[in-house]
Amino acid sequence: MSDGTLLINGTTHPFKPGQTILEVAEEAGIAIPTLCHLKGTTPTGACRLCVVEVKGARNLLASCSTPAENGMEVTTDSPTVMSSRKMTLELLLSSGNHDCITSGAGTDARELFNARAEAEGHSEHLCPSWGDCKLQEYALAYGATGTAYPRSKPTYPPELKNPMIIRDFSRCILCGRCVQACNEVQVNEAISYGYRGSESKIVALGDLPLGQSACVFCGECVQVCPTGALVDKKSKGIWRPWDVETIRTTCPYCGVGCQQILHVKEGRIVKITGDEEGLPNKGRLCVKGRFGYDFIYSDERLTTPLIRENGEFREASWDEALDLVADKLKGIIAESGPDAIAGVSCARSLNEDSYQMQKLFRGVFKTNNIDHCART
Amino acid sequence: MTNSFGEFDHAKMFFIIGSNMTEAHPVASTFLKNAVKNGAKLIVADPRRQNLVKYADLHLQLKVGSDIALLNALMHVIIEEELFDPTFVQENTEGFEALSAEVAQTSPEAMAPICGIEAEAIREAARMLASVRPAMLCYTLGITEHTCGKNNVMSVANLQMLLGNMGVECGGVNPLRGQNNVQGACDMGALPGVFHGYQSVVDPSVRQKFEAAWGVTGLSATPGLMIPQMMDGLVDKKVRAFWIFGENLANTEPDIRKVEHELSSAEFLISQDIFLNETTAFAHVVLPAAAWSENDGTFTNSERRVNRVRTASTPPGAAKPNWWIFKELAKRFGQTWPSNSAQEIWDNEIAALAPNFKGITYNRIETNGLQWPCPHADHPGTVFLHKEGQFTRGKGAFTPTTWTPPAEVADAQYPFVLSTGRRLYHYNARTQTGRCEGLDDLLGEETCDISPGDARRLGIHPEETVRVSSRRGAVEVKARVTREIPDGMIWMSFHFREGNSNWLTNPAYDPETLTAEYKACAVQVEKI
Ligand code: SF4
Ligand code: SF4
Ligand code: SF4
Ligand code: FES
Repeated sequence: MSDGTLLINGTTHPFKPGQTILEVAEEAGIAIPTLCHLKGTTPTGACRLCVVEVKGARNLLASCSTPAENGMEVTTDSPTVMSSRKMTLELLLSSGNHDCITSGAGTDARELFNARAEAEGHSEHLCPSWGDCKLQEYALAYGATGTAYPRSKPTYPPELKNPMIIRDFSRCILCGRCVQACNEVQVNEAISYGYRGSESKIVALGDLPLGQSACVFCGECVQVCPTGALVDKKSKGIWRPWDVETIRTTCPYCGVGCQQILHVKEGRIVKITGDEEGLPNKGRLCVKGRFGYDFIYSDERLTTPLIRENGEFREASWDEALDLVADKLKGIIAESGPDAIAGVSCARSLNEDSYQMQKLFRGVFKTNNIDHCART
Repeated sequence: MTNSFGEFDHAKMFFIIGSNMTEAHPVASTFLKNAVKNGAKLIVADPRRQNLVKYADLHLQLKVGSDIALLNALMHVIIEEELFDPTFVQENTEGFEALSAEVAQTSPEAMAPICGIEAEAIREAARMLASVRPAMLCYTLGITEHTCGKNNVMSVANLQMLLGNMGVECGGVNPLRGQNNVQGACDMGALPGVFHGYQSVVDPSVRQKFEAAWGVTGLSATPGLMIPQMMDGLVDKKVRAFWIFGENLANTEPDIRKVEHELSSAEFLISQDIFLNETTAFAHVVLPAAAWSENDGTFTNSERRVNRVRTASTPPGAAKPNWWIFKELAKRFGQTWPSNSAQEIWDNEIAALAPNFKGITYNRIETNGLQWPCPHADHPGTVFLHKEGQFTRGKGAFTPTTWTPPAEVADAQYPFVLSTGRRLYHYNARTQTGRCEGLDDLLGEETCDISPGDARRLGIHPEETVRVSSRRGAVEVKARVTREIPDGMIWMSFHFREGNSNWLTNPAYDPETLTAEYKACAVQVEKI
């Protein structure tokens, strides 16, 4: 390993010690398809989609796990490479329930979806990750159809038991990204490879449902899964990538302040993912940040001001409620002075809200009786 | 936090005290675990065998409320064995002699019985801690929620200054803030003694500045009341009107019975919230507010980073942004506030009127937020404070502290120590998480976490309902028998109204900060 340069597709590129061919290519803006590679974790070389040709090497090499070397001559798009990738994709497609690809139907995921939905009269049964699946994306790009090999029967039934994550083993390509995410990124150490050969399966603690394992439902595995094998239960069927706009925001729970991407459909949040570029969390979220959003749509939300009358609340207009508050406070200030009023601000709400509240107390009522649960 | 989360994954040594990070700050803990996997050392001081202990080189399983005894004993060893940073102490601190004199009394041998940790383990911890510089010290409410909370905080600062772990990357004193915007609420002046940006109400030039900016006269120079004093004021009628914005005090303050008595004594109670709850039940007027993601604004996280919050949905019915409600009320007092959006409030007032935020404007925080202090528009923000040992007030002052026991300790009648906190799947009074599909399925009720030894002794089986009582109240909850808990202690949270630990907790406060001692009170546990 040394500082140096290598040739990719005939152009010279510098690299730093320890960089892989994939990393050098990415920096140079040369796209190499990957399925199992998860940035920042140990390469597993499980999928072999990222293969490239290296002059002098007997076989194609996985670019995600091969260190760059001085003077290397790499080709990322030779016919051998392309056909190897296509074959890899064909094998993956035939290994499970990847019925989204049919030969000759076109290459746009959304159009394919609409065509299927129309032909079959409904769409809930179509893969929940349609349009957001790396396998599908590459299959369409490389012209793999899933018909080159006989399709194998699913070995394991899906796990639907827990409230958050659907594990559909029939769509699992055993790329191991979820295992890396759980063990090396979040370090929750809940899942691993289990069984052997054609029986292989991603298992939680000796093959138990997630709820009985060490899983803490952070959903990192769902975020990194390239296929429809791991899916947010709450979003399934509601979320389709072309239906949502994405909005970046900050998690409303703890003081870490994770950056989230809200997936919003018709004014409603239908899914949350972590923002990979966001500081401080770099894409990571916990169970609350990922799944704790739907309280805002609760039927129990307050929708109108309320005024207590004869011991009961009755609905009121803003003007009525605010006039009442103002009159009452004016009276108390006149009788007992401003320090007879006190207020508690909210440590969950916006900065701008707290600023306004203390401004109201200080600048309007003329009291410093403003606090919040600062110490809890 | 003096330092930042971005430093976690390459820090070399952590001292975590009173912080159950994997449940209360889960994502922060992932970066810490990454560092440990890469060879960083980790010392965890906690009465419970909490999740991080699995990754720790050393677990100091101290007794609840013995933090100062432990910290002083560590400093005793560090000074005795000359493991401290003499240059840092010499150049950047004052009061070393007083500290030395105090901790000369607190040998590990003398403190061992208070902490419940063997003297040799304390010595080993001191040596390990001093062996890698810098070390990041992180704490949470295990340090602050005690009658000696302020002294606990002083103590951890003493330790970090002694080791020269201040003002450097991957060092510092790092309180992980519990609530998403508790940092921001402090920064914004929702405190009785300061305007936003920690500008003192006592300072006449500060008041003049705000009088000019707000176009008002006669700002009060007297620091106001803190929450517990406000609550007392409701009963003795010194406080006649009480405005509660967003806090469910009836579930989150210690001793629910007392709190409910206080709230019911209010002459005029205004509740501004997104749901009816145990606190709004006492209100005379309820104002419906917009929730997270229903209006624009900012939160400030524990590392002082001001992040954008954006609108995704419209508030239900007539619910309104909180800032609008306050502005409307000001109008009824004859003041027309010019700012008419969160951005205008931030850019034109918050940033303009506080030197620490001056350089932070919405256009600069479109993607990643900026960390204050950020004094001007080209300033990159501050990742860690006190660079090169520069403290706000010149030199860092050692403040020697002496251990004091919790206000209430176990006795014959109430032989267990109850400590409390948050659990992973819920948040505070569950106003929000209790209304999210699935979270109640992951954790549906409160439990009394108890050690296998105590459970056996009392004949309590896992999942069996037990009665937990204190001098203030009693609850019936299921027992969760777990090795996390040492004998003599039980642990509960305050997420559920039923079995809420605050029926039991002690409203005893730190004399200065008036933080309640949620972390220690005496209880009895009985089989029923
Ligand atoms: S949800 Fe989180 S803890 Fe559970 S298996 Fe996935 S990555 Fe692991
Ligand atoms: S569940 Fe997804 S991420 Fe995990 S191995 Fe299967 S396809 Fe890969
Ligand atoms: S996602 Fe989890 S760790 Fe991150 S801010 Fe939200 S509650 Fe905290
Ligand atoms: S991405 Fe390289 S082997 Fe899978």
